[in-house]
Order: sequence, then structure tokens, then C-alpha cells
Amino acid sequence: MSMIAIRDLNVWYGAGRDLVNAVRDAALEVTPGESFGLVGESGSGKSTILRAITGLAPNWSGHIEIAGQTLTPGKRDREFYRRVQMVFQDPYASLHPRHTVDQVLGETLHLAGLKGIDKRVSQLLDDVGLGSKFRFRYPHQLSGGQRQRVAIARALAGEPDILLLDEPTSALDVSVQAEILNLLTDLRDEHNLTYLMVSHDLPVISHMCDRLAVMKDGEVLETLTVDALRAMEAQHPYSISLLKASVV
Amino acid sequence: MTLLDVQNLWVKFPTRQGLFEAVRGVSFSLGKERLGIVGESGSGKSMTGRAILRLIRPPGIVEADHITLEGRNLLTLTEKDMRDVRGEKISMVMQDPKFSLNPVMGIGDQIMEAYLVHNRVSKSEAWRRSVEMLEAVSIRDPERVMRAYPHEMSGGMGQRIMIAMMLIPNPQIMIADEPTSALDVTVQRQVLDIMDKLVRERGMGLIFISHDLNLVADFCDRVLIMYAGRIVETCDAGKLHEAKHPYTQGLLNSLPRFDQPRKHLDVLKRDAAWVNAPDEEGAA
Repeated sequence: MSMIAIRDLNVWYGAGRDLVNAVRDAALEVTPGESFGLVGESGSGKSTILRAITGLAPNWSGHIEIAGQTLTPGKRDREFYRRVQMVFQDPYASLHPRHTVDQVLGETLHLAGLKGIDKRVSQLLDDVGLGSKFRFRYPHQLSGGQRQRVAIARALAGEPDILLLDEPTSALDVSVQAEILNLLTDLRDEHNLTYLMVSHDLPVISHMCDRLAVMKDGEVLETLTVDALRAMEAQHPYSISLLKASVV
Repeated sequence: MTLLDVQNLWVKFPTRQGLFEAVRGVSFSLGKERLGIVGESGSGKSMTGRAILRLIRPPGIVEADHITLEGRNLLTLTEKDMRDVRGEKISMVMQDPKFSLNPVMGIGDQIMEAYLVHNRVSKSEAWRRSVEMLEAVSIRDPERVMRAYPHEMSGGMGQRIMIAMMLIPNPQIMIADEPTSALDVTVQRQVLDIMDKLVRERGMGLIFISHDLNLVADFCDRVLIMYAGRIVETCDAGKLHEAKHPYTQGLLNSLPRFDQPRKHLDVLKRDAAWVNAPDEEGAA
């Protein structure tokens, strides 16, 4: 059984002359415990797929299945959000500026319907390598890397099975990127997580993922393993050009 | 030929804990070349760019022996003269299109404004030039983009719009502060090619501020590496991978390598001695 199965997915924004078909007939499949990457240029629809899964992009048609359950456009229930969580690109924008780390994590745990919130908050902070001294800080008292750790802790709060990672390190310095990618690698091992990761950075995707899909203009051009990519076995001319641009 | 000469630049901010020194005695000169400045966030690279355009407002303090453009010391110009320098002589592409584009003004109006401030032409001419410029930064369907607002654009498109807006007054020097960080590799290449073409054709000077070492090594002629407000190393871009400073080497090693898969990446270990290491002269 696959953890995430997507078939014939179409997602669109706007209407009339400004209608944009962001994703067209996309299909992909992610097995449990796998780390799957989506690469492509900006506007290729890779983030839109994540947004359709989480319900942030309400206009879609087709088939999305999470662990055997078929999703419908519209509201998701709490159980869904406990199982599927997202980490956003920009840690400066994805945390509430007037909530402390404690409030952010406490509220998330409360919404997930979990008990023993106090202990869990310190556990989460330890998990992401922050420790309890960061517990009562506000986002502006944290660096970019520390904020992204808080965002990851928030995503982990409900003990999810799937993490949707939308360019989790592209707003960070390379030295901090290395720390966050190492953290994500370790967390996947510890919590048996399934990752669906979006990035425009091919070396990052090939470092993190087992398989990947190449997207352009809303379409999935090709799905292949990272090993095949490394062996330069990409078939589609666009994947090859992407590969050439990445390997300087 | 030297377009811009910076000597002993300091940028300081008073804080409750005392004076914070963001830039500590940086000197370099820029010719008709592509000069890269690399470093992490907080290394002072963006502040160096902003100080040149005198964009640092009080209580921030900017001190330098001189910042010379065409024989004029920018530090002694009046604010009115400075306004003629910005955009027309030196323009700056900012880091984040989300915060640098006006959210309540149409994209077309914003680009046209940048053109109309420096050129006396009709609005229809400005519209035509703006559409051309958007095409030059490879935006598909520029007419639709002209009618749109910034929040309707993706990050990559927003950054290309910023670049179009900054290129349209045709400046002599462009300071590009992480101009392509929000773009994906293929578009990055296109945008860099556009900037490259301008630097060559018009004899522009480019200061390219970035944290992406490989990009800088590939694109620039010369690289300054900054750490804690100082230039720790200057080298030819082609020889960046032979860099000697442990900080530069640490940054290079923390990048995931496509051809060398490994479970964990190297994490940069900082040495307290780097902060007080003597500044290296960035002479041209």
C-alpha cells in the first residue's frame, strides 16, 4: 500500500482570462517510509501539489489518497492534520510573531488532542535540538535556522506519518542548511516518517530523497530514482538540462 | 578603470548592549567587473551594499574614509543629490521581492514608475518598455503580469520583476543582494545571463551579494569572503575551491554534493579567532 497516491490531479487558480492551470494530470506514488522529491522551476506546480494535499489549494479535481483514504476537495478533519503536516519555506513568515515557542507548540498539541502537553513540549524541543532554554522565546529572538527547527517541532507535534516539506532550507545559509538537513535525516529514522519534499535545488533533493519527480509547467515529466539520476539515466530532455544546470 | 572605491567602511548600530559593529573596516574597489561578496547572514555583506547607497538610517552609523563614485565622495552628498545617484547611477536588487515590491500597487505601475522617474516619455511608451523589460527577464505572458499584483506572483517571478525594475533606468553599477536565491537553477542561469550581458555590453559594474558559493564561483570574476563584518579572504572566483581560510573551506564542505552521496553533511565549526583575524585588503 502506498502512503501517498495521486492520479489525474488537476489544480487551478483564478478564473476567466487569468485562469492558471497550476497542475495538469499529475500522478505520483510514495511508499511508507520513503522520501520522495519534487523538483522543477518556480511556477511548475510542485508546491501546488502539496497545497492540494493539505487543502490550501481548494480548486482541484482528480484522485488523492493518503494511506488508503481518498481525499475530497474541501475541509480536512483533525485526524488528517494529525497524520499529515507541512513545513513551509520561510520560517520568518510561518511562525506567529506574538506567540512564544511554548504557545506555538502547546496550541498545536492541544489541537491534536494530546495529553501531557508540558512534557511533550520539552520533548519536542529536545527532538529538534533546541532544548528547553528556547521554550519561552518569541520568533524574533531566534535565528532563521532556529525558527525552522521550531516549525519542524510544530509539524512533529501530532506525531504525524507524513511530512510535506516545501523548500525547507532555501531561506537558510548553507551552513545552517546542512544542520537542518541532518536533523530531517535523523528524524525520519527515529519517527519512521514519510517525506514529500519540494525543492528547486537538485543536490539537496538528491541528498535527501530516494526517488524524485521532475515537473515543468504543471506536468510531471518523469519519475526516477536518485541513483538513476546520479548515473545520468534521466530520459526527458528537460531533466537532463536541469541536471546540467545543477552540476557545475 | 575604477567605478567605485570603498575605503575602511564601518557600519554600527547602537543597542542596549552597546555598539554593534555590523561591518568592521571593509575596503575594496570595483571596476567594470562582477564582484561577488559571500558570507552567511549576519556577516555584514548586505549592510556593505546598503551603506554604499546610504540606505542605512539613523540610529545606524556609517563611517568610512571615503566611498568614491566618479570622483565624488558619496558620504558628503546631500540627500537630494543622493536621490539622483540611486537608480540612475547605482541601483540595487533587494533580497526579498515579497518585502520590496509595493503590495497595493500593480506591477505594471511599479515598473513604469521606475522608468518615468528617470525618463520623460509618455505612459504608453513606458508601458511598452516595461513589457520589453519583463520579456528580457524571461517572464511568460508579460501583459498579464503587468496587470497583476505582487501577491499573485510566485517568489521567482517577483524577483525577476524586481530585476526588471532595477535594470530599466540603465544604471552604471548594480548591487544585487541575493538576486537569485529565490529562483530555481534553470531560471537562475537565465537571470544571470541577462545580468552578465548587461555588465559586458554597457560596461556596468556588478556587486553580487550571495551566500551561494558555487554560484559566485561560477558567475563572478572576483570574490570577497566576509565573516563577522570583515573580509577574511579575497580570491579569484575560479580559484574559490582552492580557498585557504578555514571558514571558506567549511562553507564549501557543508554543501550537499550531487556526485558524492553521504548520510550526513559536514557542519561548519566556528573558531573564535576568526572574528579578530586581521582584515585582508580587497585591492583591485
